[in-house]
Amino acid sequence: MINSSSSKKHGTDQQEISGPTAKSQRAQMGKPEESENKKRLKDVEISVPIVFGNAAFWLGKKASDYQSHKWTVYVRGATNEDLSVVVKRAVFQLHSSFNNPTRVVESAPFELSESGWGEFEIAITLYFHSDVCEKPLNLFHHLKLYPEDESGPMSTKKPVVVEFYDEIVFTEPSESFLARVQNHPAVTFPRLPAGFTLPPPVPIEDESKRNRGDTKDHPLSQWFLNFSEADELLQLAAARQQVQAHIAKLRRQISMIDGQNQQLKPPSDQ
Amino acid sequence: MDAKDILGLPKTPLAITQEKKTRPQRDSQRKPDGIAREVYALTGGLAPLMPSIDASELKRRPPSSEKITWQWLPFPRSALKDNLQLYHWVRVVNGVPPAGDYSFAKYNKSVEVIRYTDEEYEKYLSDPAWTKEETDRLFDLCEQFDLRFIIIADRLLTLRTVEELKDRYYSVSRAILSSRASSSGEVAGHPLVKEPYNVSQETERKRALSMVLSQTRHQERKDAEVLAEAKRITESRMAARVAEEPNLPVTLDICPESTERDIVLGDTISPPNVQVPSAAVASSTTMMADNTSTLASLRMLWVHLRTYALEQMVQAASSSAGLRTIKRVEQALQDLGVDLKPKVPTKAVCAEHLELRKEILTLLNLQKQLQYKEAEGSSFHDSSYVDMPVTPKKSYLAVDQDRTFVPDTISFGGDRLGKREQKRKGPGRASETPSSPAHKRPRKLKASDL
Repeated sequence: MINSSSSKKHGTDQQEISGPTAKSQRAQMGKPEESENKKRLKDVEISVPIVFGNAAFWLGKKASDYQSHKWTVYVRGATNEDLSVVVKRAVFQLHSSFNNPTRVVESAPFELSESGWGEFEIAITLYFHSDVCEKPLNLFHHLKLYPEDESGPMSTKKPVVVEFYDEIVFTEPSESFLARVQNHPAVTFPRLPAGFTLPPPVPIEDESKRNRGDTKDHPLSQWFLNFSEADELLQLAAARQQVQAHIAKLRRQISMIDGQNQQLKPPSDQ
Repeated sequence: MDAKDILGLPKTPLAITQEKKTRPQRDSQRKPDGIAREVYALTGGLAPLMPSIDASELKRRPPSSEKITWQWLPFPRSALKDNLQLYHWVRVVNGVPPAGDYSFAKYNKSVEVIRYTDEEYEKYLSDPAWTKEETDRLFDLCEQFDLRFIIIADRLLTLRTVEELKDRYYSVSRAILSSRASSSGEVAGHPLVKEPYNVSQETERKRALSMVLSQTRHQERKDAEVLAEAKRITESRMAARVAEEPNLPVTLDICPESTERDIVLGDTISPPNVQVPSAAVASSTTMMADNTSTLASLRMLWVHLRTYALEQMVQAASSSAGLRTIKRVEQALQDLGVDLKPKVPTKAVCAEHLELRKEILTLLNLQKQLQYKEAEGSSFHDSSYVDMPVTPKKSYLAVDQDRTFVPDTISFGGDRLGKREQKRKGPGRASETPSSPAHKRPRKLKASDL
C-alpha cells in the first residue's frame, strides 16, 4: 500500500539503479558511487513478519509468594524462521525489581525466561545488523501471567500465552541487505524495480549454525498461535462490500432527491 | 483508639514502661483533656511505649571537665589593611582562646584586575576613544568595585554605556596579557583571551532581551501566532522536499531557526507580511501534505512497525474529521465485525483496513448529505411543518428501514407513486415528516438491513 500510493503521488517510476549511469536522483543522494553497499533502493520496502509475546506457566505446588509463575518473553519469526538474519541482538528491559533488569540476548532465539509473580510492561529493543538498519526498534509488551477467565482453575501444564503479530518494515533498504536476504524464508521480499538485478547472495558457511536460530522445534512451539491473514482479508472484504453497497444506495437516493428538489424549486414561495 | 478502629485491631491495652510520670492503666474512655486527646488517639489511646525524649537528659549539664568562659576579645582581620580593631564574644576553653584566623576571612575574595604600567599603555593600549586618565580611572573603579560595571558606569564622570566600559576593560586586559606572555600558547587558555568580548553582539542581545521583556500581551500573542505559522510552513515544505529527496533533511534544520530568529528579533514590519502569504500557502498544502507527509515521515524512520504505519495513516485520513465522526467510524467497524486494529497486520490487510475506513467515512458523509437534501426538500413545502426539527447534525449511521422506502413513496402532486403507503401521506405533502421525528434515534447497522 505504501509503495503503490507513494509511486502514484510522485509519479516516480521505479528506476534502474544498476551501473554507473548517474541519473539525477542518484547524484542528489550525495553519496559517491564508490561502494555498492551504500546504495539504497527508493520506493522499495522490505518487511519481516514477527510475532512477539509471552508464555507463562503457573508453578502450582512449587509456587512461592515471589515466584508464582515461570514465564518466557520472546520475539520470533511469524513462520518460526530464524530472525538472526536481520536482528543482531535483542534487549529486554524488565521491571526494576529484577536483578540486572536489562537483559541482552545476542543470538536467536530471542527470548528471555524468568520467574516472578507480577505483570508489567517489558520494553523490547531490537538492534539490527549494520547493513540492515542503524536505528533500533522498540516494541512494548505487557507481560501476562494470569488467564483472562479468572474463575477457571490454573493449570501447571497449560501456559497462558499472549502473542501479537506485527511486521518490521524497512524503508529504502540497502542493496547489500537485499542481496544477503534474497532467499531467506524469514523475510518478505519486495518486488524490485523492473530490470533490477541483485548480486548473488553470499553462501552461508555454517549450515548447522543457521538452523539453530529458528523456533520450529522450540519447546514452546506447541503453544504458539497461528496468524492467518486470509481470515482477516475475508472479513475485511465482506465489510467493504457491505459498505460499498450502502454507499451506492445512498448515492441513488441523493440523486433522486436532487431531482425532486429541482422540480420543487420554481413554485416555492418561501 | 480511632486508629485502632480503622486498623481493625483489638482494643487490648499494652503494658506501659518507664515513663517518669506513671500513668496508671486507664480505661480507653478516659484520656487527658483538651487537644492531647486526639494526639493520644493517634498513638492508639495510650502513652508511647518508649519516651521520645529522655527527660533525664534534659537536665544534664555539659561535661564539667572543661572550664568554659566567654570573653570579649578582639579578633584579627587579615582581610582589611587598616588598623580597625573589632571585638566579639569568644568561647574560651580552659583559658585558651581559639587559634587561627578569623573564620570568615576566607570568603573575602576579590577579582584580580591587571594593572598596566605607563610604558605598556604607550605601546599597546592607546585608543582614540579613550584618554589615559579615563582608562586609569576605569581600572581604579574596576578594582574598587570588583568589576561591577553597572556601578562603575555610574561612577565614571564621562557618559559611557556599560558595553563600552566592558569592551575597553577586556580589550585592554587581553592586550596586556598577550604582550606579557612569552608565547601566545601560554595565554591561549586564559578565559580573557579565549573568549573576546563582542560589543555589537552584546548590545544586540540586550536590546532583544529588553524588547522581549517589554512586550505587551498582544505582541506576545501575535508572535506566537507567527511562530506557529512559520513552523507549519517549514513542516509542509520539509515534507514536500523530503518526499523527493530524503537525504537532505539537514539543510532544512537551519531554515526554521533563522526564520524564527528573524521574527523574534522584533522586526515588526515582517510579521504581517509573513502571515498573509503563509496562510495561503499553508491551506493549499495541508490537503496534499497530510498523506505525503505521513509517507515521508514513515520513510524517514528507516525502520518501523506496520501497526505504527497503519496508525499514522488512519490518523492522517481522519485528520479532517471531528471526534464524533471518528467514534462513528469505529462504531461502524465494530458493527461490521471488524477489529479496530487488525490482528494480522500484513501489508494487504492494512491496505484493506485503511480503504474500509475511508469508505465508511464516505458513507457517513453521504448520509449527512442525504439528510441535508431531504431537509431542503421538505422545507420547500408547507411552512406548517415548522415543528419538524431540522437537525442535520444528527446524522446517524444506519439509514432507517422505513426511510429507505419513503423517497419512493413521496408524491409531490403526482399520482404515479401514489399506490403504496397511501395513509402515510397527506395530499401533496411530504410524507416523510411523520416518520422522521420518530426515527431520530440512531440505530445500529445490522447485516440484515442490507
